[in-house]
Amino acid sequence: MIYTTLLALVAIVFAVLAIQARRLLVSALWLAGVSAVISVVFYLLGGRQVAVIELSVGAGLVTVLFAFAISIAGEDLGKIKPAVPTVIPVALALLFFLLLAWFSIPTGALQPPQGEPGLADVIWGQRGMDVLVQVVLIFAGVLGLLGLLAETKGPLAYPVAKEYAAKRDRELEALMKEREEREKL
Amino acid sequence: MNGIWLTFGFAAVLGLLGVGLYGLLISRNLIKLVVALQISVKAVLLGLVLAGNISGSINLGQSLAITVIVTDTVVAVIGMALAIQIRRQLGTLDVRDISRLKG
Repeated sequence: MIYTTLLALVAIVFAVLAIQARRLLVSALWLAGVSAVISVVFYLLGGRQVAVIELSVGAGLVTVLFAFAISIAGEDLGKIKPAVPTVIPVALALLFFLLLAWFSIPTGALQPPQGEPGLADVIWGQRGMDVLVQVVLIFAGVLGLLGLLAETKGPLAYPVAKEYAAKRDRELEALMKEREEREKL
Repeated sequence: MNGIWLTFGFAAVLGLLGVGLYGLLISRNLIKLVVALQISVKAVLLGLVLAGNISGSINLGQSLAITVIVTDTVVAVIGMALAIQIRRQLGTLDVRDISRLKG
């Protein structure tokens, strides 16, 4: 359990570095580090399947998506002054932390129930509805993404490009004719 | 003995959540906001798996964590797509410049 706690502390350090990083890409890479460390913690806690999913999705897919988004949107460092004075977020985060700790940290020891079903049973049997919702969510996400990333002005369609080429040819021809006439005079 | 580590584990969850919240409050860049949101969700994931480990029903915790991972990825993708569109339309990623409400 001590390794779990130490790794969780490493994850917190990585998270702080991700927030503090000036460049967005560096921030995304620290976030991938958080994901990787957290997945090791999952493995140590016994959640092997979720550790694999977290490592592949959290550290892999999301990082690639971040790199893609940053390469399109640009770094845009802009003004580095935060929106509010630094004291306020620190105080609010501390207050939130303390309140949540006060209410949520369990004190008594819990008794583990006997005979836990396997992950497949839990997912497909007890939590089948969740899987359905996940599928709908992924579909909605893909549709939303297509809608958002669609270009308002796409590249020129073939007939339009042809029209432009023809127009350019006509202009060129007219220029040549004009030049010939001038040479005759 | 187990109780002490349990408390430490939950303290780590809350610490990660606190860092995420701090990032959400302090960041002005839209993509940085998505990063902060991701950190908060990582804390929630850790809490779910830890609770599953403690209560002895790790598979229930895992199945809920998988649901959260899927949701979180969709949220991140949509958030980044919104950021890209905002950058294209308005030319900035700063939340202050985007805001139309002046106060």
